[in-house]
Amino acid sequence: MIAYAVRRLAYGFLVVLGVLGLLFALFFVYAQPVDMARRAVGEKASPEVLALWIHQHGYDRPKLEQLRDHYRKMLTFDFGRSDLDDVPIARRLREGAGPSLSFTVPAFAIGLLLAIQLSLFVAYFRETYIDRTILLVAVLEMSVSILLYIIGGQYVIGKILCWFPISGFAPDPALIPRFIAMPVLIYALAGVGGDVRFYRTVFVEETNRDYVRTARAKGAGDVRVMVRHVLRNSLIPILTNVVMAIPFLFMGALLIESFFGIPGLGAVTVDAVQANDFSTLRVMVYITALLFTVFQVVTDFTYTLADPRVRLE
Amino acid sequence: MEAHVVSNTVVVGLVAGVLYTARVVRRSRFWSDAIRELGRRRPIALAAIAFYVALGLADSVAWLDRGAEGIAAHTPRSLVDRLFPADFQERSYSAPLAFEEFYGGAGLRFPGQHWLGTDILGRDVLHMALKGARVALLLGGLTSLIVIPLALLFGMSAGYFGGRIDDAVFFAISTLSSIPTLLLLIALIVALGRGPVQVCFAMGVTGWVSFARVIRGETLKLRELDYVAAARALGASEARILLRHILPNLMHLVVITFVLLFSGMVLTEAVLAFLGIGLDGSWGQMIDQARDELARDPIIFWNLAAASVALFGLILSVNFVGDAIRDILDPRTVRENV
Repeated sequence: MIAYAVRRLAYGFLVVLGVLGLLFALFFVYAQPVDMARRAVGEKASPEVLALWIHQHGYDRPKLEQLRDHYRKMLTFDFGRSDLDDVPIARRLREGAGPSLSFTVPAFAIGLLLAIQLSLFVAYFRETYIDRTILLVAVLEMSVSILLYIIGGQYVIGKILCWFPISGFAPDPALIPRFIAMPVLIYALAGVGGDVRFYRTVFVEETNRDYVRTARAKGAGDVRVMVRHVLRNSLIPILTNVVMAIPFLFMGALLIESFFGIPGLGAVTVDAVQANDFSTLRVMVYITALLFTVFQVVTDFTYTLADPRVRLE
Repeated sequence: MEAHVVSNTVVVGLVAGVLYTARVVRRSRFWSDAIRELGRRRPIALAAIAFYVALGLADSVAWLDRGAEGIAAHTPRSLVDRLFPADFQERSYSAPLAFEEFYGGAGLRFPGQHWLGTDILGRDVLHMALKGARVALLLGGLTSLIVIPLALLFGMSAGYFGGRIDDAVFFAISTLSSIPTLLLLIALIVALGRGPVQVCFAMGVTGWVSFARVIRGETLKLRELDYVAAARALGASEARILLRHILPNLMHLVVITFVLLFSGMVLTEAVLAFLGIGLDGSWGQMIDQARDELARDPIIFWNLAAASVALFGLILSVNFVGDAIRDILDPRTVRENV
């Protein structure tokens, strides 16, 4: 098992090196530093000022040197300063992770519980009108753009009903629930349709197995069969989904954060896109890819907890 | 060559392609049965998609007016544009079927003719919503030109030849899929420069990965089957086995995956539009421009509503048809229903 972990981590490291290579090709080889400079110092800056900016940020050095520097800095987590406003990127990451997590974690938990309960319910009533109606609602719900959920939510809940503030954030823990309530609701609802469909397929496949018939024959009730037997045996696909979603929770949700004024990493990314801030964008892509790769290995180990038959070799 | 001439040629090419495909489909029992079954199960959704496609094609056929003067002499108008009067524009907002402007009450140039009202620049909302169909289909079409060949090339060669090639393709797939799709898209578009071709290219680069994984898995299975061994024993070349024996048995996966990919792409474009890196004239852009209008008093809703309904209609019908196609073509779901 240790040999397996080492091998997986080594491959993951290769993948991260690959991601860094891709980022280098995109942001150092293909992208033009003049465009970045123009965004940073102003559209009407003179060529000398632009050249100075490019020189100060090191984009005019030999490519090989830039490549070495890029790999060394990223792998040692020395992210440097933003090209745009010289704020240390590491500080942005530290400050943004908290607000992002404070709303994505409850949102993800609520969405997951809702999706699993609904899909267990639907799987129990499979091939009946209850099943068909909920599946139809799920397809309808999936077909609506997230933009509309956000705009509609802000208008109906925030402006007409006045339940929660339309947008904003407060670092004070007592006030956070008021501000994150609506983003949490929208984040959870926007994903529930697709999740219900996915988990339903998993559960329906399990309910057709022999052990379910055995459980019924020995007199287990409906709830017990669905929760103790079907849910327990469907843990592997659920775990895959859940563990793989964790890296994205750090990132927050790009759109929701920027619409609701939550100063998280998603909003940082949106600002970086709109300002052509390549240095920040690069770090965001790298960090998420790194987290994703680590959690991919973690998923394999959670399989052994969920199912003793799984052996990692 | 001018843009509208290119566009017209593409339409001719597309129609020819569709007619050719229809002939091939008619010869194959499997595909003609599948299409008949699809028409039986999802007639309304299919009709809706046909409507959107017709709209997109009609908006792609454009020509210049003879004898026009000024700017009009250089702006080709498409079939969809010709449904509306020339220069069909007001000065600012007007409500659906209104006779005067929404704010101020000045008279309109075309009173009562804007069925869905006008936007902040006075453009007709119905006209813009109809033109969005072409943008959405263009996105899907251009992207599929990148995604399908890439996924087939890499997926099939990885699955069939195995060894080093498989390792290399698998590494590329792992690398690209370790970056969240939206972030990778953003990074690609920002680095390559904003523009329709860049957006489609970025969608293609992010889209082929999951597709290639499916193709690779299926090719791995097909490679071991007896009929492939028989073809090899008869002396068929590798290229012939791949193209004549394996590719046709992957086509159902291509259709299923592409339909499911399409709705995801159009929805993602709406998100990109909010970030300011989407396609010009898309429904996403209309929604993005309309998002502050609900804050006005009295509120302006027709802009947002028209774009949202148009987008929702297309995505919903594609999702319905996609599910039905998967049920019909994928033998695995057949087993599940028994």
